[in-house]
Amino acid sequence: MVIKKKYPTFPKGGVHPTAFKDYTANLPVENLPHPHRVCLFLKQHVGAACRVSIPKRKDREPDEALLLGRNPGRIYQKLVTKKDRVRAGDMIGTQDRGLGATLHASICGFVQGVADGLHPMMGKSPAIVITHDPEETPAQYTREDWYSLPRQTLLDRIRLAGIVGLGGAGFPAHAKLDVSPEITLDTLILNGAECEPYLTCDHRIMVENAHEVVEGAKIILRILGIQDCFIGIEANKPEAIESLQKVIDDQSDKNRFRISIKSLAVKYPQGSADQIIQSVTGRVRPSGKRSSSIGVMVQNVYTAKTIYDAVVLNKPFYERVITVSGKGIARPANILVPIGAHLSDIVTWLGGATPDLAKIVVGGPMMGYAVSSLDVPITKTTSGILFLTHDEINTEAHGPCIRCGFCLDACPMGLEPNQVGIWVEAGRGAETAPFGLMDDCFECGSCAFVCPAKRPLVQFIRLARIQIREAEKKKEKQK
Amino acid sequence: MTQTDLIVSVSPHIRQTVTTEAIMWTVVASLMPPLILSVHIFGFQTLIITLVSVAACVATEAISQRLLGRPIRIRDGSAVITGLLLAYVIPPGAPFWMPITGAIMSIFVTKILMGGLGFNIFNPALIGRAFLVATYPVAMTTAWLIPIRDAAIFTHMGRNVDAISAATPLYVLKHEGMAALIDKFGPLKTIYRDFFIGLQPGCIGETSALLILMGGIYLIYKHYITWHIPVSVIASIALLTWIFGGDALFTGNPVLAILSGGVMLGAFFMATDYVTSPIQKNGKLIFGFGIGALTVLIRLKGGYPEGICYAILLMNPLTPTLDQWLKPKRFSEGAK
Repeated sequence: MVIKKKYPTFPKGGVHPTAFKDYTANLPVENLPHPHRVCLFLKQHVGAACRVSIPKRKDREPDEALLLGRNPGRIYQKLVTKKDRVRAGDMIGTQDRGLGATLHASICGFVQGVADGLHPMMGKSPAIVITHDPEETPAQYTREDWYSLPRQTLLDRIRLAGIVGLGGAGFPAHAKLDVSPEITLDTLILNGAECEPYLTCDHRIMVENAHEVVEGAKIILRILGIQDCFIGIEANKPEAIESLQKVIDDQSDKNRFRISIKSLAVKYPQGSADQIIQSVTGRVRPSGKRSSSIGVMVQNVYTAKTIYDAVVLNKPFYERVITVSGKGIARPANILVPIGAHLSDIVTWLGGATPDLAKIVVGGPMMGYAVSSLDVPITKTTSGILFLTHDEINTEAHGPCIRCGFCLDACPMGLEPNQVGIWVEAGRGAETAPFGLMDDCFECGSCAFVCPAKRPLVQFIRLARIQIREAEKKKEKQK
Repeated sequence: MTQTDLIVSVSPHIRQTVTTEAIMWTVVASLMPPLILSVHIFGFQTLIITLVSVAACVATEAISQRLLGRPIRIRDGSAVITGLLLAYVIPPGAPFWMPITGAIMSIFVTKILMGGLGFNIFNPALIGRAFLVATYPVAMTTAWLIPIRDAAIFTHMGRNVDAISAATPLYVLKHEGMAALIDKFGPLKTIYRDFFIGLQPGCIGETSALLILMGGIYLIYKHYITWHIPVSVIASIALLTWIFGGDALFTGNPVLAILSGGVMLGAFFMATDYVTSPIQKNGKLIFGFGIGALTVLIRLKGGYPEGICYAILLMNPLTPTLDQWLKPKRFSEGAK
């Protein structure tokens, strides 16, 4: 008899979808040949959209391109204008005030201007379109020792590289790392759970770029001024655990940074911030507060790798690894794509879709967005594209709630999705605030996953949120 | 590739394979063993009563949904369960047409008029039974048959019910006492064994604790129901009967109390009905204890020998209140 080892996990809720990671888990990352056109959204992150121009001011030299050490002569009032030739890594959008992230050209080519692109989540959104120049000169990046750099330089490099949290939300990394001095953190958690089925891009990063991930973790620890880091990985990725453990064992500065790996139980949503904090440290974030209030910061493993690239190589974040998987694609793959590449380019490279393709999902199957067209570009937070066939998805019509209570057992936040669904169907979604969906629900989809009546509970919750907000606005107006 | 036929919907895009239909038909399957036993010990008319009941329930559901302009959802199997449970709480010697009126009451009045599956307050099958007890009191309380270990089909078939009617153990116990029970059904050891297997006079589907237990445990194993309601119902009936059921305190017979009457069927298949029982675990325990307490109260102090049907019906309307009071523990409440 095999004795199952008990791995730490979060106690409340969670589901066990089939992982389907075998399609791509063992495929090394390959490169997508440069597409003839990319479409870079001005808003791919939490916060304000990028600005395409720098205000010309006498009192201050725009130092951003200089800081990156690239193209020192190319400073325009407008960062780029139509027909400008850009190289991969050139900054084409800036963040000057408030929350935001910078944007870089992802291929070498000519700027065609700003046009509306099809955003996988937000409908139409303005984007910079660049067409490929075949006479490209590949960018060269040289290693630099980061140990001697001051904290502010590290932060600046991260900011100018346009790095956002790659776990899904896309919160600008420099803003998250620049914690105010009043807040005391003690632990960094690198999130390598990758609990979404099908997706293996974080897995491949941990296997192939273990050194960069660990170094990135050290840079983050240095910026935060703390020493303890746990890398939380679901136990179904022994290869990733092994390769990271090897790097950690070989470190020369073990005394300065205490990095260790925590194997976690395989349970969705293990990779959610609240859940992984509880699994790794046992701490629970109070409702309505940030995780920093309990002394923890969570960063994705891939974010750590891009931070390494930005700091050590001075390489902006303009390309990323995504997983292309599902039964509906001729050849599943882990593939390095320039940000802004269209799904159509990727599908063509991978041999096309199969005839029984039914649904294309950008992101994971639990939280990703279904798209209706291949004319959708990759964004900074796209972790995968799934081509799903009819037997992989469920298209059954939903029935009435039979009050089985499965969703209550599945909800990791202890909410009542069943009630929200019933109230929304009764046309009273605005009254569902007491069920806690505004603060706590992060739309992990566990409730809808287990629902035997196949009720679209996440959809009901989103509707309820809209109706609650509308009702609040109305109330304020009446005052 | 054509792009026009892509499906777009809100996440999650994958679903667990369990469906409402799968749950309902599994419950139907787990209710089959008692039916087979009843045919074996009471004869074929129990099968006829059951088939009439199921057919009447399904037909009532289809017709009423059609008349009210709602989608016809008979395929989900919930009407079949109601039909089975309704038949299971009818005495085996009752006339075969009797479940029809009960089915109309169960499905049309109790379920469809309340809003259909998911919105009924009372357990449909039990309302049907309560209605039949009120309308056909004689048949519902006297048409008991003596179980025959073999060849019941030939012995009971076509005979006048009055000639072979027997009293249920609970009736004997309530009105004649323990001595009479032992006189009629043999020594306690035999009683325990026979009643556990199902060899006792009683309603069609409620006689065998063993077979009901098997079905119930299968449902718990499949995670379709939880242990909370059955255990709290059975435990509270056993406990309260032990305390109050005898001549003096703490002299009642708890084993007899749970093996006789409809306790097992009620605890595993009636009280656990999703729609009419609380959704929270602690609510389920309170609900089960309430059923147990009311059952014992009716059995010991009320006019009927058996009380679980009314006990469940009395607790059903408390379900929304219990759900309102007892909320799941939020994630952040675990914060230290």
